[in-house]
Amino acid sequence: MTRRLLTGNAAAAWGARLAEVDYVPAFPITPQTEIIETIAHWMDQGEMAGRFTTLESEHSMITAAGSAAATGTRVFTATSSQGLLYGMEMLYTVAGWRAPFVLMNVSRGLSSPITLEPDHNDILAARDSGFLQIHCATCQEVLDSVLLAFRLAEDDSVRLPVIVNQDGFYLSYTREPVEIPDIEEVRKFLPAFDPENTQFRAGEPRSQGVAVLGGAFYSYFRYEMHLACLNTLSVFDSIAQDFADHFGRKYGILETYQMDDAEFCFVMAGSFATKAKNAVDLLRDAGWKIGLVRPRLIRPFPADALCRALTGIHGVAVIDQNLSMGKGGILYTELASALYSSNSNSPLLVSYIGGLGGRDITREEFFKMARETRHAVETGKVPLPRLLYTEDELRQMRKLQTIAHAPWG
Amino acid sequence: MYRIRFHGRGGQGMKTASRILGTAFFLEGFEVQDAQRYGAERRGAPIFAYVRASREPIKERGIIQRPDLVIVADDTLLLIDAPGVLKGMTPQSVLLLNSEEEPKMWKDRLNFSGAVFALPDVQDLKEPTEQLHIGTVCAAAGARFVGVISQKTLKQAIQDELDILGNQIVEENLEQALRVYDLMEAYAGKIKPSSEPAVADYPDPAWIEMPYEDARISAPAIHAAATSLKNPTGLWRTLRPVIDYDRCHRCSSICSTFCPENAISVNENGYPQIDYQHCKGCLLCMEQCPHHAIESSLEHTKTLESDKGDEI
Repeated sequence: MTRRLLTGNAAAAWGARLAEVDYVPAFPITPQTEIIETIAHWMDQGEMAGRFTTLESEHSMITAAGSAAATGTRVFTATSSQGLLYGMEMLYTVAGWRAPFVLMNVSRGLSSPITLEPDHNDILAARDSGFLQIHCATCQEVLDSVLLAFRLAEDDSVRLPVIVNQDGFYLSYTREPVEIPDIEEVRKFLPAFDPENTQFRAGEPRSQGVAVLGGAFYSYFRYEMHLACLNTLSVFDSIAQDFADHFGRKYGILETYQMDDAEFCFVMAGSFATKAKNAVDLLRDAGWKIGLVRPRLIRPFPADALCRALTGIHGVAVIDQNLSMGKGGILYTELASALYSSNSNSPLLVSYIGGLGGRDITREEFFKMARETRHAVETGKVPLPRLLYTEDELRQMRKLQTIAHAPWG
Repeated sequence: MYRIRFHGRGGQGMKTASRILGTAFFLEGFEVQDAQRYGAERRGAPIFAYVRASREPIKERGIIQRPDLVIVADDTLLLIDAPGVLKGMTPQSVLLLNSEEEPKMWKDRLNFSGAVFALPDVQDLKEPTEQLHIGTVCAAAGARFVGVISQKTLKQAIQDELDILGNQIVEENLEQALRVYDLMEAYAGKIKPSSEPAVADYPDPAWIEMPYEDARISAPAIHAAATSLKNPTGLWRTLRPVIDYDRCHRCSSICSTFCPENAISVNENGYPQIDYQHCKGCLLCMEQCPHHAIESSLEHTKTLESDKGDEI
């Protein structure tokens, strides 16, 4: 085992290398390209076995990934943002094949207007596809989650592909210390995949993704996918425990931070949660009983685990780094539905939208969200959902608009 | 935690600088984050990179709000707003410049309340035939200022990060870096790890309610013409083409045709004129001129002559 500085992109490539994947179909897109460049370099140098193929689009890339997985080989691929959406048709299709593989998504805000920096609207657009979703907060977690993802995907009770998500820039281009596990230890944790009947072969004609006219047949297959997805919730802990036994790092379905005596907490996904931890530390220094809950799994949605984690909490600031047009924050919506159907004495939820297109969330903003949430609990008046946006930011916007909307000539 | 930001131009090695300093901290047992801020990359454009280092796990991400040390590889960046060199700096922050001007001049000119230091004359750090590796020099200066990185560690970090470029480049970088590291011995430990202000010391964020605005305003469209003229891409230039009008044959078309930025126009007397607000210094015009009437000069030593086009 070695510990060295890796970007999130390099950590993702290491995950694929250690999983000894057979096939990597690829298509470049910022901020993901470093992953496939790294893997291509290793394969070129003979440091990594397997086959690397550049496809002509993400639509073909995801088709190739699903097809290869259906032959029983181990497959890794990666994309981001527009690429994920361009492949969306095949994302749903290959998930229905029940062929397990791992796709790394490097989050980046969606067009229009176009940007390079991260938010979660790309990955959450894929939330109903049948892929499991693991959201990472550190570069270490990126590497480890690739290994965990193969175990989950290939588990008999699941057999679905997995998207592992890391935030562009904040992880993809940021180096931090990462422990690279020994390959021998990885082989014990993640042995070669035995696909049993998932083995398409040239010369052995079979059919896949067959037509099922008549809604009842269709309903059966789709609901079986849903049940398989939910099964992840019961196998996650034992796989994560096995991972901890081999590598010493324990991952839960949720990450909870300073929650033991907490009265308030932040709920958010992804790497910006690192900033929330810092805010929790400073607020605790100032006497607050506050913590953080970060769901690692977004699909399946860990409803029970969240309800348990939030039992006894008075107020929750839910920070969504996404925006469902005409509805609001997706995490807030899903958390509210989980709490509504639970028997527990639910905490009050305050909804914030922040970090769209990589917009920073500052310490003082975390503090203010904590204060507003406490105020809401004290008064019983819940503020409307809020976009984190300052006077100065609107002023900058106005300057650009003055230029953009100047009369011709 | 140490929070250090590097500012330079695309091509000067600011990402490399942050990686060398990050690796050096890491080899000294620190937890580290280093990153470059990528945009739409282009040579000569303002670029920054940053390093955080701490004995504790780092619970920050993204750009540094309050830097302890800002190292600037190219002092022309101080004259323009876009790079945001002084962003977030406090009276406790330190500014370290690669500049031929005195630190005192910059301190006054920038009205900066913290300490300003200059690198030694960087041209003296290299052999006359060598290229100056300013990114590595900046990293070495940073390593000296924090005072917790030994010379041995700095060497190791440079070797680790530049190994892929081959032995000769590594040797040149090592020599220049160690020279600046030795010359700046007196500055060892000038930068101390800073702690974070308490919750009560932060201002309330001035949040606004986002107003609804109709699509004529709020669609991301540019209705005005020629707005790219307002983007002074000339500031990306490190080399400046200069026309020697005594040698210009007024062929009137070659340099202006080949200019990929459409930054060369022809005046009524048939002489080409370079729009230095938008010329990026690619020097294609210099390569194409059949009469060798265009020469390049370092942007730093630009002369008044080069702006004389209007009078020709």
